[in-house]
Amino acid sequence: MPTVDLTINRKAVSVDVEDRTLLVHVLRENLNLTGTHVGCDTSQCGACVVHVDGRAVKSCTMLAGQAAGCDVTTIEGIANGDELHPMQAAFRDNHGLQCGYCTPGMIMSSIDIVNRYGGQLDEATVRHELEGNICRCTGYHNIVKSVLDAAGRMKVPKAAE
Amino acid sequence: MGVEGIGASVKRKEDRRFITGKGRYVDDIKLVGLTHAQFIRSPHAHAKVKGIDSSEAMKMPGVVAVLTGLQIVDDKVGNLICGWAITSKDGSPMKMGAWPAMAPETVRFVGQAVAVVIAETKNQAKDAAEAVVVDYEELEAVPDIRAAIKQGAPQLHPEAPGNVVYDWHIGDEAAVKGAFAKAANVVEMDLTNNRLAPNPMEPRSAIADYDTAEEHYTLYTTSQNPHVARLVLSAFYNIAPEHKLRVIAPDVGGGFGSKIYIYPEEMVALWASKKVGRPVKWTSDRTEAFLTDHHGRDHISKAEMAFDRDNKILGLRVKTHANFGAYMSLFSSAVPTYLYATLLSGQYVIPAIYAEVMGVYTNTTPVDAYRGAGRPEASYLLERMMETAARQLKVDPTELRRKNFITTFPYQTPVIMAYDIGDFGASLDAAMKAIDYAGFAGRKAKAKSEGKLRGIGVSCYIEACGIAPSKAVGSLGAGVGLWESAEVRVNPVGTIEILTGSHSHGQGHETTFAQLISERLGVPISQVQIVHGDTDKVQFGMGTYGSRSLAVGGAAIIKAMEKIEAKAKKIAAHALVASEGDIVIENGEFKVAGTDKSIALPMVALAAYTAHNLPDGMEPGLKETAFYDPTNFTFPAGTYICELEVDAGTGKTSFVNFVAADDFGRLINPMIVEGQVHGGLAQGIGQALLEHAVYDTNGQPVTASFMDYAMPRADDLPSFQLSHTTTLCPGNPLGVKGCGEAGAIGASAAVINAITDAIGNNKLEMPATPNRVWHAIHSEAQ
Repeated sequence: MPTVDLTINRKAVSVDVEDRTLLVHVLRENLNLTGTHVGCDTSQCGACVVHVDGRAVKSCTMLAGQAAGCDVTTIEGIANGDELHPMQAAFRDNHGLQCGYCTPGMIMSSIDIVNRYGGQLDEATVRHELEGNICRCTGYHNIVKSVLDAAGRMKVPKAAE
Repeated sequence: MGVEGIGASVKRKEDRRFITGKGRYVDDIKLVGLTHAQFIRSPHAHAKVKGIDSSEAMKMPGVVAVLTGLQIVDDKVGNLICGWAITSKDGSPMKMGAWPAMAPETVRFVGQAVAVVIAETKNQAKDAAEAVVVDYEELEAVPDIRAAIKQGAPQLHPEAPGNVVYDWHIGDEAAVKGAFAKAANVVEMDLTNNRLAPNPMEPRSAIADYDTAEEHYTLYTTSQNPHVARLVLSAFYNIAPEHKLRVIAPDVGGGFGSKIYIYPEEMVALWASKKVGRPVKWTSDRTEAFLTDHHGRDHISKAEMAFDRDNKILGLRVKTHANFGAYMSLFSSAVPTYLYATLLSGQYVIPAIYAEVMGVYTNTTPVDAYRGAGRPEASYLLERMMETAARQLKVDPTELRRKNFITTFPYQTPVIMAYDIGDFGASLDAAMKAIDYAGFAGRKAKAKSEGKLRGIGVSCYIEACGIAPSKAVGSLGAGVGLWESAEVRVNPVGTIEILTGSHSHGQGHETTFAQLISERLGVPISQVQIVHGDTDKVQFGMGTYGSRSLAVGGAAIIKAMEKIEAKAKKIAAHALVASEGDIVIENGEFKVAGTDKSIALPMVALAAYTAHNLPDGMEPGLKETAFYDPTNFTFPAGTYICELEVDAGTGKTSFVNFVAADDFGRLINPMIVEGQVHGGLAQGIGQALLEHAVYDTNGQPVTASFMDYAMPRADDLPSFQLSHTTTLCPGNPLGVKGCGEAGAIGASAAVINAITDAIGNNKLEMPATPNRVWHAIHSEAQ
């Protein structure tokens, strides 16, 4: 089996996997990072979103081999020790989650949205940008609130005009 | 109210593990020696299984076993059951087709399992499953209700001639006939309630682990009711006696009804685990979920309502056909009967009601309770009727409703339910005010001048939660009692564990239930741990569905707390040399009223466990159990109003505003309650605009992935304006009613009423896709 070297949550790792292995399965099965979930198998639901080189990627749609040499961040890697990432805190403070299953992917996508828009977001933009993440519990109402709240807390540089 | 007591929007205790990726769902669990299961499922909606050749599959890498339906029948694993017996009009019992966990002879829906591969890895199991050759002889299939009950239709089960499960009725047919005979006006409608796929985001999963030495099974499963699962697996499926079967439902990623049932996959995993002598894991993929998670709704109905000259309702007649799919699922029979037709009085005085319900087998996935379960179907039917009647009678729809509201309680409906309390006018007023109903005509005119079609739609729903009391549901055919249990353990250091038979899969019990304790004892919720979802820890429980957790499960906690407090007061009085009657509990202290003498809860608890100085004759320890059986259902009710615009050129609907005014009785955690409403509304709106589980004429599902089945996404939905009116439920010690399903029950009629108002054509079915709305706009107005 080929060996894939990559960085996951700031640690260098090396895994032996079949060619067909998806990144999400490396995370869940080989590395026991089970915070990244599989919800649909067709790149629709976004429960599997992680960051690859700083951008949101559906890890059920990327072969592990494609992530070779990449810097991968999962939901387990965004807090600073006991200090939650502002997006995590905003989801908790705004009741942006219920069953928690879509939550890791929602948080990872939302961080990427705030970064891409330089924190300059309104409700319509957030709703549009969350198109790739499905939640069945919250009706999105509090997820949208969470993202707008975190956009204020994250202090990202404003996107270039 | 304490800062963390009743009425406080406390942040959820359980959130930290979910937002940091530390939730523990079934598929996250690994066991030593774990094997993986892949089912071989029928590609046909109806076929004979002529033979299964697994010889090539057995040679493939990592394959441990290939097991078939014939083997599971030979091993006498029981057929799946339906737990609620319904009797037809003619007195005959419902007709149950046999349902083995894997089909030995005949498959009756696409996705039904015929065999399973067990292998070392998931991929090896999948590879081998493709090498299993199944010889099918295709039979004619019938996926549609109307076609299934026609003469000459393909027959699914020899036990059920004509594909009829039952032909049931409720109410007074003669009285309804009399009402229509004297009616000044009659309103008639044909209505379809579209089939839905529940789609919790976590697919179902099961891990079965058989311990050969102890002859003991452990099942980790995505269940809303692990004790019910153990009971059914033991009592009916011959898997193992209850004391040899532990069922654990850890974090469960949503249920919405679909995780109530005990499915074939769990039975097969348990059986296979003993067969192969190793733990077996199965996790559904999304397409398997569409094929095998039990669907919801799927009714066709004809409704007629009679009005007198003064626009008062005289009578309601309903005939409904309900699609049960290919087999009768665990609670399916009750859904279109006792959870549907008993709610057909709605919020209104309807002197005479008669409803007939025919349950029908078709070659589709089984249908059972999905969020609301029968009540959304009743509410949708009645609220479209009321809106239609108002238009036909040329009166304002809110005035027609108000004129017919039930205003005195308790109120006995003609269809079993006895409403205990409510104030329907108050919630209607609140919703009308929130949406500025009075200003709508102006807004509609302005929109029209801008070339837009604007509409407003009202829905006044009532539902019944906390299905109970046990004696009553037993008399209606339920196979179980619907009480709940709780155990309160005060530890020697004063921390508290609450063991509950309810199960949280998103509802936030770990917080809400802890608030109940905080309220009574004045301790922070951080000192309270909620334990649930494990049959080895919690003695028994009926689980979570029907918005019952707080009204029934929470009430059981209160009953156990009362016992704890009574004993703790005795201990405190003894320690403080005071009279038990003078002890009051404040902020975690037991105080002698009117003095400065007190003893803190941890000291009381320690005294209970050291037992050095207890009142004479008192048992040591501080732990109490209670079983609570409600005296009645609870009746949450409210008004939803939707305002929207339709683009006449495309048929696309855009929300302007959506307001909800609910009466759930007392709110323990308003933040969590509102979250429940948001989610329910999204599912109700999803049904109205987007969602539809569709089969082609051969019974092939054409919506079996998120590519085809339109799940509501963030930009399909508006933000919601919620408010609450309150009448306290007199039937339980908390005064609560339940909030989990209301949104899904009330929302769909509000949306459709608004669209039909906007386009001026009432002939519109759900889901009101742009295509359907465009056609409705451009066809002749009804």
